[in-house]
Amino acid sequence: MNKLNLTNIDTTLLEAVADNGNAEIGKGAFSLRKNGKSVFINNTPNITIVPKKDLPGIDIYFRAETKGETMRMPVVVTEEDINDMVYNDFYVGKNADVTIVSGCGIHNDGNKDSVHNGIHRYYLEEGARVLYKEKHYGEGSGEGKRILNPESEVHLGKNAYMEMDTVQIKGVDSTIRSTTGVLEDGASLIVKEKIMTHGYQSAETRFDVQLNGKDSRVQVTSRSVATENSTQKFVSKVYGNNECFGHVECDAIIKDNAKIISIPEIIANNIDANLIHEAAIGKIAGAQIVKLMTLGLTEEEAEQEIINGFLK
Amino acid sequence: MLELKNINFSAGGQNILKDLSLKISTGKFIAITGPNGSGKSTIAKIIMGIEKPNNGQILFNGIDITNTSITERAKLGISFGFQAPVQFKGLTVLDLLNLSAGKKLDYSEARSYLYKVGLCGSKYLNREVDSSLSGGELKRVEIANVLARNAKLSIFDEPEAGIDLWSFNNLIQVFNDMRAEYKGSIIVISHQERILNIADEIVLIQDGSVNKKVRTSKDLDNASGLACCCQLKKGETA
Repeated sequence: MNKLNLTNIDTTLLEAVADNGNAEIGKGAFSLRKNGKSVFINNTPNITIVPKKDLPGIDIYFRAETKGETMRMPVVVTEEDINDMVYNDFYVGKNADVTIVSGCGIHNDGNKDSVHNGIHRYYLEEGARVLYKEKHYGEGSGEGKRILNPESEVHLGKNAYMEMDTVQIKGVDSTIRSTTGVLEDGASLIVKEKIMTHGYQSAETRFDVQLNGKDSRVQVTSRSVATENSTQKFVSKVYGNNECFGHVECDAIIKDNAKIISIPEIIANNIDANLIHEAAIGKIAGAQIVKLMTLGLTEEEAEQEIINGFLK
Repeated sequence: MLELKNINFSAGGQNILKDLSLKISTGKFIAITGPNGSGKSTIAKIIMGIEKPNNGQILFNGIDITNTSITERAKLGISFGFQAPVQFKGLTVLDLLNLSAGKKLDYSEARSYLYKVGLCGSKYLNREVDSSLSGGELKRVEIANVLARNAKLSIFDEPEAGIDLWSFNNLIQVFNDMRAEYKGSIIVISHQERILNIADEIVLIQDGSVNKKVRTSKDLDNASGLACCCQLKKGETA
């Protein structure tokens, strides 16, 4: 399994999604999945990756008190007519502080669809901290659609902390991203997502977070840009079941004939739950474009600069 | 450097500027003042190209810019500080300074522009230019951007609006420094006597036309019709 031959397409996709993934192969904890199969695994003394026996996917064990290690787990799909479903479970030991870099790159030159559905479950023990970074990227000249449907199930133990930074900027035709979270006392979940859609792409994001613990908190920040004929839907549900804090902020820029739906739902089941939802959808403000034009940018350059900054 | 010839501008059925003509020489610091609604800010916007006159002509260094875009005017060397600074989600103070300078500034250069407006670079360069900054901070960032443009003509539309006393004293220092060091021309739209007194010339606008040009705010007191200029608050320090 550990002999690895990468094509040029593989390396392009890895660069796009795996945060310097090519350079890091073999250096730390690493799992590469290609066209529905696990093709490379590397363990470290503190991070053990075990292929599942009953399902496609892996179990990843982070030893308690592990500090500063990064695990990379890119997925590349380079063939058409692939329908990959993978189950990955992460067990993060007490007081560990680690980074997980995930991502899926699809190159589809064919006329049949390429699909990757990743189901991730995270179990963080007391005091554990995880920074999870994920990028999705699609490319290819064929008619076949590039489809990604990530599901995340987050279980945060007492005082655990997880930050999820997800980016989908280019080339994914259809995506439904679902994240659920259950938080115990003092746990924090921070989610930052950035999405840009164009053409006839569609992207849907669903959040469902249960703030069960005292002083648990969730902060969701979604920034998206929908252009041309694309559609986006943002659905969030935050349940305040204890003395807790929840803040969901959904900002979207809409252009051309795009459509954006934002459905906020905050449910307070406790008198001390403090829940806020902010949602704003609008085109780029004319004053912003004028301001950047006074700095010498053309209208088109100004618009691009505003979008780049918004999604940065 | 800049000449406005017989400018007329109307909006919403109101004649805002009426046959207004004004000349500004190279290297001069000009303050434009007058009552609310007299058309001061409209003059600034017409020079920058944000508003288009109904008729009249605008010459900048001998070039007719009447029908040129905001972008073209910026490239010719006109910069503009907004009365109400525009906010951006995601763009940082450093991003805007880089765009203003037209190049990627090194850290010390970027910090120096903020230092001039009394902001600590290490604290502000990576802040987003959004509502997390106070009104006074946004204003100072706006002025730093005009400084970073290093343009032939810098226009400030009511730079004192919405800033606190400390920021205002700092602002006076910024304009004094510009007066001493800056080689381009400066137009400041202002009601504040301390700003007016830095200028080489004060232009009083009333009812959309130039009422009078004077050297100091003291001369303004004797200007005809100044009783209407109720916003000119003598001796006030913001």
